[in-house]
Amino acid sequence: METRELTCIGCPMGCLVTVTLDNGEVKEVTGNTCAKGDIYARKEVVNPTRIVTSTVKIVGGDKERVSVKTASDIPKSKIFEVMKDIDAAQATAPAHIGDVIIKDVAGTGVDVVATRNVEAV
Amino acid sequence: MKTYDIVIVGGGPAGLAAAVAAKEAGNDSILILERDHELGGILNQCIHNGFGLHTFKEELTGPEYAYRFIKQVLDLGIEYKLNTMVMDIAPDKTVTAMNREDGMFQIPAKAVILAMGCRERPRGALNIPGYRPAGIFSAGTAQRLVNIEGYMPGREVVILGSGDIGLIMARRMTFEGAKVKVVAELMPYSGGLKRNIVQCLDDYGIPLKLSHTVVDIEGKDHVTAVTIAEVGPDRKPIPGTEERYTCDTLLLSCGLIPENELSRSAGVTMNPVTSGPVVNESLETNIPGVFACGNVLHVHDLVDYVSEEAKRAGQNAVKYIADGCKEAEGANVIELCATDGARYTVPSTINKDRMDDLLTVRFRVGDVYKNSFVSVYFDDERVMHNEKRILAPGEMEQIILQKKKLDEYPNLKKITVKIEKE
Repeated sequence: METRELTCIGCPMGCLVTVTLDNGEVKEVTGNTCAKGDIYARKEVVNPTRIVTSTVKIVGGDKERVSVKTASDIPKSKIFEVMKDIDAAQATAPAHIGDVIIKDVAGTGVDVVATRNVEAV
Repeated sequence: MKTYDIVIVGGGPAGLAAAVAAKEAGNDSILILERDHELGGILNQCIHNGFGLHTFKEELTGPEYAYRFIKQVLDLGIEYKLNTMVMDIAPDKTVTAMNREDGMFQIPAKAVILAMGCRERPRGALNIPGYRPAGIFSAGTAQRLVNIEGYMPGREVVILGSGDIGLIMARRMTFEGAKVKVVAELMPYSGGLKRNIVQCLDDYGIPLKLSHTVVDIEGKDHVTAVTIAEVGPDRKPIPGTEERYTCDTLLLSCGLIPENELSRSAGVTMNPVTSGPVVNESLETNIPGVFACGNVLHVHDLVDYVSEEAKRAGQNAVKYIADGCKEAEGANVIELCATDGARYTVPSTINKDRMDDLLTVRFRVGDVYKNSFVSVYFDDERVMHNEKRILAPGEMEQIILQKKKLDEYPNLKKITVKIEKE
């Protein structure tokens, strides 16, 4: 049996939630004061994911950097691998919102896409 | 110089939403004046996601959210001038501005919408002791350097203040390889949103020290170390609690101040609590035809609320012009008052004859309240009593007033919003 403590982000209450796990399976969620906390805690201990946002160097455009995000959420444990690929990447203008800047970033199966328009100059 | 019906000062989220709403309400003579070289305001550097959950039912990044409105401005053919600084707004609504193409110019407007936003509280306003070396940035300046210019301000970071921008920058700089050593917050609670504390600090093991402040900054040319100490209930440092952190960067995220120099010189009456204009139900200031919306009016937590508020300002400006630019009738004005934990309300007055069927009143609380009630009194009678599990200073609150409810109280003089235990 293993326990994990988290702060719920469902609302400003920020309940301190304790999750009891047995072989990776959630046995009990305590400390939450509403159903949101239960849902959040179960997902967060079994499969925590995040959207990663950053910028990529872009050449030939009206801006130096193009802001980007992962097109969907990626496993939390992969964040720094994703960031490594993002920092190594270079884009060429033009780039428009939604354009793929990096395909299948860090082997996650998720693309990194532009979140702003950079026009060629 | 061309004249316009509506001049909007600022092309950020508030100005854009006000312009779109004014155009859609039927006015074709609108000009946005923006001092930056592009529209979108601060959203352009807020590259993190979480914007637009209320407005678009999806989580967008700042630039994406801004572009939804910029595209509407472009598609609707609304005129705007970039790199243009507004120098003065006269009480007769003549706007004086300048840029490199037009030089100095004046536009006599029928209505002016104030949408200048806010700026960060700088070091000079915080009275932090110690040297004044390089390496001290406001969180927003660091955000611009990292996200727009592509420069890292430093590698070892201490952050003072737990405002949302500071929390976001803690994560952002961690992503780019910096070590964020600690976030110190003077107050016993954070000024930021809970989800930012968890996802920007807890996720990366960055400690948040509540009731702590910076008591010394070391470094002649560049920051070399910062000392923080715990503060007592009087917010004064407690001797013996000092902790020294070697670092090359100190970020300040200690609050936002609405940018109202233009409003003040125009003669707009200010609310000392919000540092923004006093407005009525139409978001109109004491100068008829001058409206305010967004962070220049009061600092918001979510941009969705800025857009919604600005839309009303835009619509009301069109209505004001369509009605012949008349001064609001003085009769039937109800005063709104915030007490017992509620710090302020926007608006400050309601003219019942001009209010919509539903009116959103926004406010903030001055402390953390658990299991309390947001109560609304019509004169001495309590008419609303909404239970809230939690109220926090970092989050904006709202109540919605119904015109038909107000109609039941023909002699109503004062509406009071307060926080009650029971």
